Amino acid sequence: MTQPVLAQFMTELLSGRLKLVDLTQTLAPEFPTIVLPPEFGQAWPFRVEEISRYDERGPAWYWNNFSMSEHTGTHFDAPIHWVTGKDQPNNAVDSIPVDNFIAAACVINTSAESADNPDFLLTIDYVTRWEEQHGRIPERAWVLMRTDWSKRATPKDYLNMAEDGAHSPGPDAEVVPWLIRERNVHGFGTESIGTDAGQAHHLNPPYPCHYYMHGNNRYGLQCLTNLDQLPPQGAVIFAAPLKIRNGSGSPLRVLALAPSA
Amino acid sequence: MTAPLATPKKKNPVQRTRLATLPPGARSRSALGLTRAAAEGRFELQVCADCATVQYPPREVCGHCLSEQLDWQTVDNHGELIATTTLRHSNDLYFRERLPWRVGTVKMAAGPVVVAHVHEDCAASGTVRLTLKLDRSGQAVLHALPEQDTPNMNDAAQLRESTCDPKHRRVLVTDGKSAMGIAVARAMLDAGAAAVFLGDPTPWKTVAAYDTLIEDERVQPVDLDVTDTDSVDRLAASIGGKVDLLVNTASYLRGNPGEGGILGRKDVILARDAMEVNVLGLMRLAQAFGPGMRFRAADGTNHAVAWVNILSIHALAPLPARGAWSASMAAALSAALTLRAELAGTGVRVVNIFPGPIDEEWEQLTPPPKLSPAAVAKAIIHALKDGVEDVYVGDIAEEIRARLRENHKAVERELGQ
Repeated sequence: MTQPVLAQFMTELLSGRLKLVDLTQTLAPEFPTIVLPPEFGQAWPFRVEEISRYDERGPAWYWNNFSMSEHTGTHFDAPIHWVTGKDQPNNAVDSIPVDNFIAAACVINTSAESADNPDFLLTIDYVTRWEEQHGRIPERAWVLMRTDWSKRATPKDYLNMAEDGAHSPGPDAEVVPWLIRERNVHGFGTESIGTDAGQAHHLNPPYPCHYYMHGNNRYGLQCLTNLDQLPPQGAVIFAAPLKIRNGSGSPLRVLALAPSA
Repeated sequence: MTAPLATPKKKNPVQRTRLATLPPGARSRSALGLTRAAAEGRFELQVCADCATVQYPPREVCGHCLSEQLDWQTVDNHGELIATTTLRHSNDLYFRERLPWRVGTVKMAAGPVVVAHVHEDCAASGTVRLTLKLDRSGQAVLHALPEQDTPNMNDAAQLRESTCDPKHRRVLVTDGKSAMGIAVARAMLDAGAAAVFLGDPTPWKTVAAYDTLIEDERVQPVDLDVTDTDSVDRLAASIGGKVDLLVNTASYLRGNPGEGGILGRKDVILARDAMEVNVLGLMRLAQAFGPGMRFRAADGTNHAVAWVNILSIHALAPLPARGAWSASMAAALSAALTLRAELAGTGVRVVNIFPGPIDEEWEQLTPPPKLSPAAVAKAIIHALKDGVEDVYVGDIAEEIRARLRENHKAVERELGQ
């Protein structure tokens, strides 16, 4: 049975009736990395050093060394990333069952609200109204919050830092446990620097998306882009982190399969 | 009287850039005692411990009693100009390009008769002040200056050959968002810099003093993160041919005292981050900006002239409470000395600044005395105008420096407490 389904899938893909959408930001030194208070340890940004480029260091080959944290660029959060997920089974990037790297996605468009209010918080009410329009969120699906944050032109606009910290949209403290309990979601994804809102340390609990999602062995994706090219329902996400031993997360290429409009 | 230095004309783009030539640089090992004094702005000659005769030129044994006990000491730098002449011909490539050149003979109050470069504001005879200054070869030479300062005396062409005056020069301040970077930028503008390229390593962060500075039309904000090779290369590709003076204010200090040693932490991340900024950052800047500065070391009156590293006195003696950072400072000093050696043949001077603790956020718990960034910036300007290359700023730095000479083991034990 498998072969005919995959053959059919390839036919759809090659014919253009299915499209692949890249949800990944380019890894570049200037792409911002989350900024914590300076007394805490900091995640390394992406840095690259050329090993050789068809020159005396290597006449026929070009290659680079790069360095970054597990949470730089478009990246995956494993449950072990947060203290609430530390005792979950199979909670690190190397032990997560590979079945979890493919899942359906629901894309909730909050771009208008986020444009008006950088501190916009996604609520249960907002999600239920979205479901009335687009259908119920299926089990084990990614919920991706579209904010168009990825379209912000400069690192300054993207981090949107003020004296009281970053201002970017995210989920509120009620909708996250509700999505897990009532919809059994696979994880939560955003376009901004983290799965939580910029001001989420003031919510109860602080960083509710990390707190609840990882506490329930669910996953996170952030720094996504091109969410505006996905339908509200019907896309499938391929998001497989690097197999880092006991890794808390990883930069990755996130690809979406979606019906062509 | 010296005429004030005219604003340099824009470069003629079809004229070949004149390459730097250097004055004769060979010295005997004894004569390098003059260079040691000049590097720190002191006036020292050998004095015989047996007969008190002041020696010049430097030698192995006393010219009067043949004693070998010659100690370098600060001596009276005044003297009478007894003869002066202006050279109009020289077979030496360096002087040939800089003629006419005034030299003279000075009978020092301390005894010796010396030949010195004579400032244009000195009368044909009378009392002069002698100073030891580094020339473009990095070696000590004697300059005779008027007894009292004269207006614009630092603008005299001969004296400018020994100094790195910021006047009319274009300065790159690598981290313009730090308190030090802001202080240096302000001091450079006050000292007459034509332009300041003000590096911004954190475009996402708002720093009010930075925003105020860039309102000045002489200040040009530039993106520059010394941990990012591409960022450094891109900036050098853009302004590398305009940087006459580079002041590396990019500096990394984190952690409270006690957390910054080696056993006080479980990881080397702070150490690595410190190396990344303080050491590798300097090397990236050198590789990107060094070639352009080297090429432009004789490019008009505002030619590339100096590279300033703001290090710490703890580059010389580690503070175990900040051991990882101290290691990065020692490594930065080593890299800076290599850079000095590599630029020595080009006429671009590497100036190393060794301050004591600076009054900034990561030194909050360090007891006074602490240096304000403005005080360090002032010391940098003085160093450039005076033509010295090693500067110990503040009481703590001077004390550690003096005590290292006296008993380095005592310093080691006491800083370890």
